[in-house]
Amino acid sequence: MLFGLHWNLSSNWAFAASIVPILLHGLVVTVEATVLGFLLALTLGLLLALLRTVPLKIIAWPVAFVIEFVRDTPLLVQLYFLYFVLPDFGITMPAFLTGTIALGVQYSAYTSEVYRAGLEAVPRGQWEAARALNLTTLRTYRDVIVPQAIPRIVPAMANYLISIMKDTPILSAVTVMEMLNVAKIIGDRTFRYMIPLTIVGILFLIFTLLSSMAVRYLESRLPRQGIPLK
Amino acid sequence: MTPLVRFENVTKRFGDLVVLDRFDFDVHASEKVVLMGPSGSGKSTVLRILMTLEDIQDGVVCIDGEPLWHERRDGRLVPAGEAHLRRMREHVGMVFQHFNLFPNMTVLRNITEAPVHVLGIPRADAVARAEELLQMVGMTDKRDSYPAQLSGGQKQRVAIARAMAMRPRVLMFDEPTSALDPEMVGGVLQVMEQLAEEHDLTMIVVTHEMGFARDVADRVCFFDRGRVIEQSSPEEIFSRPREERTREFLRSVLKEA
Repeated sequence: MLFGLHWNLSSNWAFAASIVPILLHGLVVTVEATVLGFLLALTLGLLLALLRTVPLKIIAWPVAFVIEFVRDTPLLVQLYFLYFVLPDFGITMPAFLTGTIALGVQYSAYTSEVYRAGLEAVPRGQWEAARALNLTTLRTYRDVIVPQAIPRIVPAMANYLISIMKDTPILSAVTVMEMLNVAKIIGDRTFRYMIPLTIVGILFLIFTLLSSMAVRYLESRLPRQGIPLK
Repeated sequence: MTPLVRFENVTKRFGDLVVLDRFDFDVHASEKVVLMGPSGSGKSTVLRILMTLEDIQDGVVCIDGEPLWHERRDGRLVPAGEAHLRRMREHVGMVFQHFNLFPNMTVLRNITEAPVHVLGIPRADAVARAEELLQMVGMTDKRDSYPAQLSGGQKQRVAIARAMAMRPRVLMFDEPTSALDPEMVGGVLQVMEQLAEEHDLTMIVVTHEMGFARDVADRVCFFDRGRVIEQSSPEEIFSRPREERTREFLRSVLKEA
């Protein structure tokens, strides 16, 4: 029994059918961690990307260092650090929150690069024309650069959303009851691993395939010349 | 009379490469000046410095007697801040070789964007002015098109209207026809000639179009290695070039055409 739901061991099919509702409980956690982690990655990544463009080296360099550090250390190490080491400094967070933050921080290092690359891919001539017309820097970003960068940024971001989802099982390492952890517990208790793990694999596959299709659709719908301003 | 544009002893370097070497150059109000010369001779750099797209390493650039890249603070000349550059930029406009229209904006929005958001002109007035300008460049029917839907020549005509919408005193053209298909060149040159005739506009044009220079220019300046080696009226310079390098350059341009 898990989440108040029982499994049926009478046959393989009955077992599979009985554990799907249990696994769906885990799926909800997986989706929550994915979405929240992604939102954090988007926000923090934008902040890092902007801080990195600050002409002051005293700001830009430490930010570059943090991005490099986060990118070049394993997610699991960061997660353990947040979950097991931070309490020594008086910072204790629930496992789910810790895991989501770890995911978001890790991926913010990647998303900041996406933002940077997207902004830099807008031709220099656009900046020059804006300058020749005396537009302010803010106005240039708002009306010229960002609308043109968005079609380049969105598909890459959507791919990271899929990656984050595939990384959520790592949260099981700090006891979060996401989908894979639920499957493993079912296996531990019934000594039948193949069916729960297969279902988990299939559920992940369905989700990532759907997401990939959504990304491709989004890509085809985004105007290549930028978000239009009338 | 103070010249509208003055370069005094200006040096511009890109790393070790000296593009302008103690460069002197004047343009008077309403004058139409054509700059010619081999690529890399510094003519585009002159425009880009004046448009504040490139800074300078030495010397002074003045617009209407006021330093462009410097400002007076406590009686001393210090490197200009952004506020000063923004104020000085009001005097100048530029048309680029590759148009640099904003692809995410309609033709109309391209033209009204800066008047509305920089000059603070009410949108309705800016639109009315844009429509006048579109009529002038013969693009009235394209006001709601996006740049991707236009030919090169049409893009450049819109770019001219966009620059004119800011009412610059000096309008600069950086090889405005060299990225165009040959059949598009005429229309753009015609618009530029019309501008030269109808407006009290100072024009500095980098181009190898000798016909345009002959019809429009008060003065043609030949550039070579960061210096003006020869300058005079188009008739004079095209029929009796004094410098060997000018003759050489004119021969090569004529061969191409």
